[in-house]
Amino acid sequence: MATAISTEKNFFEIKKGIASWLFTLDHKRIGLMYFYAIISFFLVGVILGLLMRLELIAPGETIVKPTTYNQIFTLHGVIMIFLFIIPSIPAIFGNFFLPIMLGTDDVAFPRLNLLSWWLYVGGAVFALLTLVVGDGPADTGWTFYAPYSVQTGTNVTLSVLAAFILGFSSILTGLNFIVTIHRLRAPGMTFNKMPLFAWSLYATSWIQLLATPIIGITLLMIVAERVFGIGLFDPSIGGDPILYQHLFWIYSHPAVYIMALPAMGIISELIPSFAKRTIFGYKAIAYSSMAIAFVGYFVWGHHMFTSGMSGTARVIFSILTFIVAIPTAVKVFNWVATLYKGSIDVQTPLLYALAFIFQFLIGGLSGLVLAALAADIHVHDTYFVVGHFHYVMFGGTGFAMFGALHYWFPKIWGRMYNKRTANIGFALLTVGFNFLYFPMMILGLMGMPRRYYDYLPRFTDLNVISTVGSWILAIGLIIMLWNLIRAKKTGEKVGRNPWGSISMEWQTKSPPPLENFDKLPELNEGGPYHYKH
Amino acid sequence: MFSEASNFVKGVDTSLAVILGISIFFLIGITVVMIYFVIRYNKKRNPKATNIEHNNTLEILWTVIPTILVLIMFYYGWAGFKPMREVPDDAMVVKAYGQMWQWTFEYDNGKKSDKLVVPKGKAVKLDLISLDVLHALYIPAFRIKEDVVPGKTNFMWFEARKLGEYDVLCAEYCGQRHAYMISKLIVKEQADYDNWYINELGVSTDPPGLSILKQNACISCHSLDGTVLVGPTFKGIWERKQIIIRDGKEIEIVVDKEYMRRSLNKPNDDIVKGFNKGLMISYEDKINEEQLDQIIEYLKTLK
Ligand code: HEM
Ligand SMILES: [Cu+2]
Ligand SMILES: [Cu+2]
Repeated sequence: MATAISTEKNFFEIKKGIASWLFTLDHKRIGLMYFYAIISFFLVGVILGLLMRLELIAPGETIVKPTTYNQIFTLHGVIMIFLFIIPSIPAIFGNFFLPIMLGTDDVAFPRLNLLSWWLYVGGAVFALLTLVVGDGPADTGWTFYAPYSVQTGTNVTLSVLAAFILGFSSILTGLNFIVTIHRLRAPGMTFNKMPLFAWSLYATSWIQLLATPIIGITLLMIVAERVFGIGLFDPSIGGDPILYQHLFWIYSHPAVYIMALPAMGIISELIPSFAKRTIFGYKAIAYSSMAIAFVGYFVWGHHMFTSGMSGTARVIFSILTFIVAIPTAVKVFNWVATLYKGSIDVQTPLLYALAFIFQFLIGGLSGLVLAALAADIHVHDTYFVVGHFHYVMFGGTGFAMFGALHYWFPKIWGRMYNKRTANIGFALLTVGFNFLYFPMMILGLMGMPRRYYDYLPRFTDLNVISTVGSWILAIGLIIMLWNLIRAKKTGEKVGRNPWGSISMEWQTKSPPPLENFDKLPELNEGGPYHYKH
Repeated sequence: MFSEASNFVKGVDTSLAVILGISIFFLIGITVVMIYFVIRYNKKRNPKATNIEHNNTLEILWTVIPTILVLIMFYYGWAGFKPMREVPDDAMVVKAYGQMWQWTFEYDNGKKSDKLVVPKGKAVKLDLISLDVLHALYIPAFRIKEDVVPGKTNFMWFEARKLGEYDVLCAEYCGQRHAYMISKLIVKEQADYDNWYINELGVSTDPPGLSILKQNACISCHSLDGTVLVGPTFKGIWERKQIIIRDGKEIEIVVDKEYMRRSLNKPNDDIVKGFNKGLMISYEDKINEEQLDQIIEYLKTLK
């Protein structure tokens, strides 16, 4: 570790000015720049979501025309997937905390890290350009299914290029993390002594590195099809639309684990920190991340159970999908078992972790319905699916991210938020969330298809409940953010370790100095979660 | 337990019930245990935690039991699904065409209907054909759905068990009016069905031009009453002056037979100002000269 750099000043103070941020090589600043960018897009996505819910409060036209609605759900999906949920935890908290938790001073390739951020911004600019140039944002859904995506007059090419560029940002972050984990662990920290958050990022990074190129090339093929009419996916010129679906899901199913694994890593940090005891089944949790990442490559066909695949293919994909559920279930059992005989300090981050477990369970269990061939025939492409993936991505990953934010807030900014207000925000968010999405599951079972601008009158009541839920959720979100923004300026200052955690990042100052540690960090005896009582 | 509208309701609903039943049991069980632990081992009640690294028996149990349970779920899913792929030999075949944004059903005598009428108690096989983009034929009450993929003929089959009218929806997003791509499935007694087949199928009181417009889904995008849908309305269209965009330039034309033919053959070449291209398929080999004349005769009446 370089010794010349002052550890008196924290990483905010050491340099000032906008250029010192935009061109920084400090992983913490890059993490924070991701944070501001990603949270802004999240809020844009939320506003689009609220608009959709408002349109759907009653049958018939409410606030927008059908094409506008279709563009809104496409943009909502693209923003939430590519600009929010895929980067979210790895790019923000992975960047900020992975090096600290490994006891090192930065990621392996700081310049590459900065490049990843700029690629993210570049991709985001392309996505936003679709709003202002040409014939308006794409109206294909975030899946860009051919041949509609080849034929529609809206700005598909630009949207797809945005996703392509964002893919590179993701690949480079994955590469960086893999090398960092292999090369820069503190002396004595073997793989089996590594924090579980690092393990989850390790598994995730391999998916980012290996799967993302597939979506990259697939999206370029869409562009080629639109611009040159090559005949890859559009049957009217000799292509095959099913080929597109295979290619798309070969990436996009593993991408589900890019979204879920880091969240599981967060939960594995939060629970021992607040239960003040060792995690139950460290190895099971660590290795199951790798197992999920691996088996996750072979289940993409479950998105195509109604596309006319052969019966044999459907059976194989169904069974593999069920198998993937098991390592996930094992993790849930381990987290709950970690609460047993703990000495539990119920703080806001733990509440988010508990809500995560509940909602992620609903997301996962509803996934079993979608994995079963007969049941899926009925609920495929209905609101059941919309409910399912929001429970996984938002109720799961989104909530884990909020939990992480409340957990590491005092470390990042050196101040504590008002805990009571944080809990009120949490409560509204959770209640609103479940009112918003649970009715969607029932709507799906009743047979309401997704991507529906308008619906049959018998679906009205549940749609009204869902829309009201979206308002409660919005209030919770405002309270949460307002509380944190206020705390950043005026919150009470905290020391190194306000939660009394033994994880390595709590050994340094809050906020940390430029190269992370003012004194050499010590490995905890007996493993990363071994609390001494 | 279930009112069985089709032969597949039982298989699908059983798999749903098995999976949802086990899921709800686990959801409630895990949540209750979790909340109980948080209360029981609260730091006030339990100031000193105990480190428990792992427990082999427990871990084996909670891997093996879920594995068995998911295999049971798989079984019910497969059992309900398998018959969906096994079409009886004597099934009556109907071609189901999906196109933006209308369903059309063609019977073995070559006649078409915009509703799917079937006899009760007889196996019906649908050959699914798309004329443009992806659609999915979905009959919620019958628990069946299959994508309608251009360039490929998928199929589905069913046997209706109860008289009545059911919704036929589109479950695969197909553009602007996806939510309005709705038809009806009507189940009749065999005798009533035969009567319909002989006396009503393909027979309409509409003028011939209008039937052609209906059968080709023209009116799902071009209204007859002046409302603007996806394309310009047909009301008053004949000999209307219109600004169109051709090769990126605005020009004024009058709607005559030659312009109609151009628009049918190469729908993306001339776009009426204010509308989008890429939405209409070519009807070059779907509408012949005689039919075009009949359409024009009809359009003249729409003043
Ligand atoms: C206030 C928050 C949110 C609301 C009200 C909301 C609402 C909705 C609704 C109503 C749809 C269905 C559109 C349709 O099928 O017609 C939808 C689709 C979607 N949402 Fe959300 N959502 C929210 C947050 C999120 C979050 C946090 C994520 C991801 C992490 C997300 C990801 C998606 C995706 C991927 C789609 C699919 C888009 C498509 O079909 O192409 N949403 N959302
Ligand atoms: Cu998947
Ligand atoms: Cu559709």
